Amino acid sequence: MNTPFLDTKIPEGPLEKKWSNYKRNAKLVSPNNRKKLEIIVVGTGLSGASAAASLAEMGYQVKSFCFQDTPRRAHSVAAQGGVNAAKNYKNDGDSVYRMFYDTLKGGDFRSREANTYRLAECSASLIDQAIAQGVPFAREYGGYLRNRSFGGVQVSRTFYARGQTGQQLLLGAYQSLMRQVKAEKVKLYARHEMLDLVLIDNKAKGIIARNLDTGEIERHGAHAVVLATGGFGKIYYLSTLAMGCNASAIWRAHKKGAFMANPSWTQIHPTSLPQSGPYQSKLTLMSESLRNDGRIWVPKDKNETRKPNDIPEEERDYYLERKYPSFGNLAPRDIASRAAKEQIDAGKGVGALKNAVYLDFSRALKEYGKDIIKERYGNLFDMYRKITGINAYDEPMKISPAAHFSMGGLWVDYELMTSINGLFAIGEANFSDHGANRLGANSLLQACVDGYFILPYTLANYLAGEIKVPKTNIQDKEFDIAEENCKKQLESFLTTKGEKTAEEFHKELGKELYDKCGLSRSKQGLEQAIENIQKLRKEFKTNLMVPGDAAEVNSELEKAGRVADYMEVAELMCIDALQREESCGAHFRQEYQTEDGEAKRDDEHFSYSAAWEWTANPSEPKLNKEPLIFEFVKPTIRSYK
Amino acid sequence: MKIYLKIWRQKDNHSKGCFKDYTVDDVNKDMSFLEMLDTLNLKLVKQGERPVEFDHDCREGICGQCGVMINGIAHGPLKNTTTCQLHMRSFKDGDTIYVEPFKAAAFPIVRDLKINRSALDRIITSGGFVAVDTGQAPEANSIPITYQEAESAFDSAACIGCGACVASCKNSSAALFTGAKITHLELLPQGQKETHVRVTEMVEQMEKEGFGHCSNTEACQVECPENISVLNIARMNYEYNKSKLLVKK
Repeated sequence: MNTPFLDTKIPEGPLEKKWSNYKRNAKLVSPNNRKKLEIIVVGTGLSGASAAASLAEMGYQVKSFCFQDTPRRAHSVAAQGGVNAAKNYKNDGDSVYRMFYDTLKGGDFRSREANTYRLAECSASLIDQAIAQGVPFAREYGGYLRNRSFGGVQVSRTFYARGQTGQQLLLGAYQSLMRQVKAEKVKLYARHEMLDLVLIDNKAKGIIARNLDTGEIERHGAHAVVLATGGFGKIYYLSTLAMGCNASAIWRAHKKGAFMANPSWTQIHPTSLPQSGPYQSKLTLMSESLRNDGRIWVPKDKNETRKPNDIPEEERDYYLERKYPSFGNLAPRDIASRAAKEQIDAGKGVGALKNAVYLDFSRALKEYGKDIIKERYGNLFDMYRKITGINAYDEPMKISPAAHFSMGGLWVDYELMTSINGLFAIGEANFSDHGANRLGANSLLQACVDGYFILPYTLANYLAGEIKVPKTNIQDKEFDIAEENCKKQLESFLTTKGEKTAEEFHKELGKELYDKCGLSRSKQGLEQAIENIQKLRKEFKTNLMVPGDAAEVNSELEKAGRVADYMEVAELMCIDALQREESCGAHFRQEYQTEDGEAKRDDEHFSYSAAWEWTANPSEPKLNKEPLIFEFVKPTIRSYK
Repeated sequence: MKIYLKIWRQKDNHSKGCFKDYTVDDVNKDMSFLEMLDTLNLKLVKQGERPVEFDHDCREGICGQCGVMINGIAHGPLKNTTTCQLHMRSFKDGDTIYVEPFKAAAFPIVRDLKINRSALDRIITSGGFVAVDTGQAPEANSIPITYQEAESAFDSAACIGCGACVASCKNSSAALFTGAKITHLELLPQGQKETHVRVTEMVEQMEKEGFGHCSNTEACQVECPENISVLNIARMNYEYNKSKLLVKK
């Protein structure tokens, strides 16, 4: 029942056998042939670094690209709380099936069963792999691994390394990558940004990249291209993402024929620090793990003026505990964020701008003592103090929702291949595993599983058919055309000579999206946003200001390229949100809610992934639907009450 | 707040650089140091001037990409803080602030405050890893590591690779950076098998890159955003000497 373009390639068999069936039947490339095959991996976060290292270990020739000054800085580094795995070390009833079900339910039944099951299935191996690399996960005194709980689940399956799990996992992957650099199986291109994807005979055969230190435009050919370029939540300008995170690689691949799936599904993280002023460049995340011991509340009275510690217990509304008694403060992110917005919109927000809620540790401090709390969250409390100047051991933190994770991304099949032959997308850059809402600590997991355990098999299956194909000729006319287009675009940014910087445009665009395509969406708002974005995009073309030139270090020019893409992505996000006339997970349409304000899904009409096809007009993308078929699980109303 | 800045401007590694004076009028105490530089850059671009290039990315103190000398101190006056986590409340109205790149022979200047720290990558490449291929790992709990061992290893593993230790050292030594990685892996059973080879190769690479020797001033620990201890350097030296005695070439 799939259209030919949306062949999901889900293997036959029962759920728990699909991945082993796939591996059993997948084609292999023999060791002596692997060295003849070149692979480009763009991005060096957890998915990119793990894929590049694993592929190089197998014997392929890998070229690895990142825009940061070293691969170790990719934004996976910032993930704090942990990584999930169904090890059931706690003997608390966890299993691969339960983890699969939690993830599927967490995503509001909007992801593929087979992909989600595979994620849970491979989770245990990841912990083994990371331990072998020397990742210093938290331990019990006897020497065994320690776990904690995260949002949306009722077991403890989260492994963590203080509040720096992403950093430590990434260093493990980075070190494996550098080991392959030493073995001369990986060639590293740091401070390089991908500007375009090159297709020859409808297959991904290379990229155009810009050396950000010299401005030089380079051509790189390969037998396959892997995009591991992360999420694009930075499109909202204020977000928890790094300043350089962007959609450009996937968007330019999209314009070459790769479908974008569910682009509007953005996770708004509930526990970020609130905005303090218009100069602000980013919103810092406070790990969700804090919700294990922190209690979220607002004053019952919206005219409350007392300091938080002076407000008596009975005048506080612990609204998550009240509304979702069985999950309480550990309700999933979309629900916790929406509940916070509800309080803030009702005028009960706290802080100078009344844009935050309290996250209170007083009970945990009383119960466990300061030492234990410090050991669990010390670096987060330190970070909070550095940013706000406030000591959270003495008074509650102020937190607020912020754009965080892109559940949407490039459409991929079971093999993680996009709708372009030979182009793969892994990690946050693809759309595959999280449905309409990602559970905490599943992001590091997905990035690692895609890179270490899935791509090495599925890419081999593709490359087995490419063994006889000669090395890509970078003098091919397709490279000429792509390079010419990139140069023209850079030139156009520099010659516009208008009055607004790329960042000013970005801030305007971000505000529009936060207001109309953020936590809450409506038909009217989205239509208005589309109109405004079109206007803004038009203005961008005539009123952009970029100093300097293209043949040198030029951060303003880099930003211009990213914002130009955001201008188009933003419209697609709104179009995507508009067509989905239901609420699910992070996608909350005001028109579709239950009587008590929860998301109201419409399985009859919207149980599909929207895979958008580029048509040369950003306002008229073509919608392809991948129906979500539930063979093993019956979608239910997602309740955390 | 009004802040006077003297910022190092340099076109590339081959050109001569100099301090240039700037004033930022509308500084708010809750701004981060980098947001203050953003404010300056917006002004410069609007005036048709080239903005100040500086390294930054995550802006939450973990990626290690930012880092400048602020009044001669790596990452500025606040202890155990990266430049991005330093806020203007650490300064007063009317202050003059000197801003320079991290300077070391092994860190060529790319432009203004932006530097090239790939020498640190090459030190890791020379041996800063556990040689395990994907798929080889045994069951995680089959390698028990005590709480204390894991915590100590973490203290060393916390290094963010910013290079403040190099910039703070009068000899531009990368001993703290290198020692931290050697110690992290040496403290864990997984990493111990390769210690001798690792320490030899990493120390030799460090010298090849043109980093200076450690003369125990301990300035590196003082300025390290992660408070990495100089005991990591002692450990490196100990392991290095041991490997010289034990390793057969």
